[in-house]
Amino acid sequence: MSSYEKGWKEVSIAGVCWLPSTKYLTGDWSPYKPVRDKAKCNKCLLCHMYCPDGAVIWNSKAEDIEFNYNFCKGCGICANECPQGAIEIILK
Amino acid sequence: MSKAKQELIPLNGDESVAYAVRQCDVDVVVAYPITPQTIIVERFSEYVHNGEVDTEFVCAESEHSALTCCLTAALVGARTFTATCGPGLALMHEMLGVTAGYRAPVVMAVSNRALSAPINIHCDHSDTMAERDSGWIQIYVESAQEAYDSTIQAFKIAEDPDVLLPTIVAFDGFVISHMLEGVYVLTDEAVKSFIGERRFPLVMNHEGRAVQFKLDPENPITIGALDLYDYYFEHKRQQEEAAVKALEVIRRVHEEYAKLSGRRYGNGLVEPYRLEDADIAIVCLGSTVGAVRTVVNELRLKGIKAGLLKVRTFRPFPAQDVAEALKGVKAVAVMDRGCSFGGRGGPVFHEVRSAFYDLDERPRVVNYIYGLGGRDTPPLLIRKVYDDLNEIVKTGRVKELVQFLGLRE
Repeated sequence: MSSYEKGWKEVSIAGVCWLPSTKYLTGDWSPYKPVRDKAKCNKCLLCHMYCPDGAVIWNSKAEDIEFNYNFCKGCGICANECPQGAIEIILK
Repeated sequence: MSKAKQELIPLNGDESVAYAVRQCDVDVVVAYPITPQTIIVERFSEYVHNGEVDTEFVCAESEHSALTCCLTAALVGARTFTATCGPGLALMHEMLGVTAGYRAPVVMAVSNRALSAPINIHCDHSDTMAERDSGWIQIYVESAQEAYDSTIQAFKIAEDPDVLLPTIVAFDGFVISHMLEGVYVLTDEAVKSFIGERRFPLVMNHEGRAVQFKLDPENPITIGALDLYDYYFEHKRQQEEAAVKALEVIRRVHEEYAKLSGRRYGNGLVEPYRLEDADIAIVCLGSTVGAVRTVVNELRLKGIKAGLLKVRTFRPFPAQDVAEALKGVKAVAVMDRGCSFGGRGGPVFHEVRSAFYDLDERPRVVNYIYGLGGRDTPPLLIRKVYDDLNEIVKTGRVKELVQFLGLRE
């Protein structure tokens, strides 16, 4: 365990969360991650809707999708659902 | 505080617990009927029907659900109570750990009943002893009076912000649960002011604010998120700390209650009887204590220096108090109304024997497994235990470390 994590006298009792889940990064749980072939992608956003972790984000400024690797678990649903075959799951 | 006004009324053990719960201003009672606990909830449902309490009363579809309801109500901030025994307690097992882990101060009465199989509805302690490591406080009582007194104390102990651990008040099925006794009861007002309102410690919430430890939409907290190898261990260490702190809280609450009621059970953790100059002693808990006390008095009349130590609080275990109370005793018999099969003795034996290990002078400690499935343990058998102890003192030898008392060969 890293030394910056709290000791037993500091943490809230009963597992009460002292941080929002957005600050508890879980992306390192998986050995896999999705990569996208921009040429094949037609931005249909099915990957965005299917992602169970909200880790496929629509960047409205760039008008493009992005993967949030801080929370992506590499489950592969996006790749499986992509009608264009534009997403590949690779070993990190 | 001067001794409060009291009334003597006839109650059996179950009824005495129900009476105490009525006085404790309990918000939620959820239970599932099981012999010999049933009378508690039957009586309580009468209080609900007659409008004597404004408690939310739920008949759950199982003991597992009953405790789950109590746990969640307690997390919202309610004062909660349930009752069960034997197989019902075993069915709750999963939720016992959850309730303790979420630090929900649920109070539960257990009228001790043997575990199946073969099926048996009578008393032994195998049900609560199997929950030894569930994280609950366990208080064993010897009479309907003590069941009443201890149920009131249990709410105050469980809800103490330094403790916040669920608490079992255990009393022997049928022997106490169904035996009619004259029980001194306090007035409703006296009990209500003794217990007071639930108090909540502050916890850091996910927004970095210190808020009360309860589920409240105005001040939201998250309880029940996944807790893996990074923090689970720390939360378990906190439970251990709370259990150790509970020793002092149990003692303090018992003392406050003794001042109010005039009734005292040792120091709330252990209750020594004629141990000052004792050579031989029995350690036991539950209703058997009464029978042993009678035998001690008989033996004392014959000049035999016999004593008794009642263990009232089994979890947390008051090891220091046990060792201190039995200082100078030469031979000790620990009586277990439960069997840890293949474990070289019962659970109480293991604790008591271990309490002496680091001392320079320690008594010989032997174990008697007794009373399983409601087998009676009359004074005759208890005299035999003291005879055995005398023999150990005389010869300096222990013939058998673990014996079965009242078993047909």
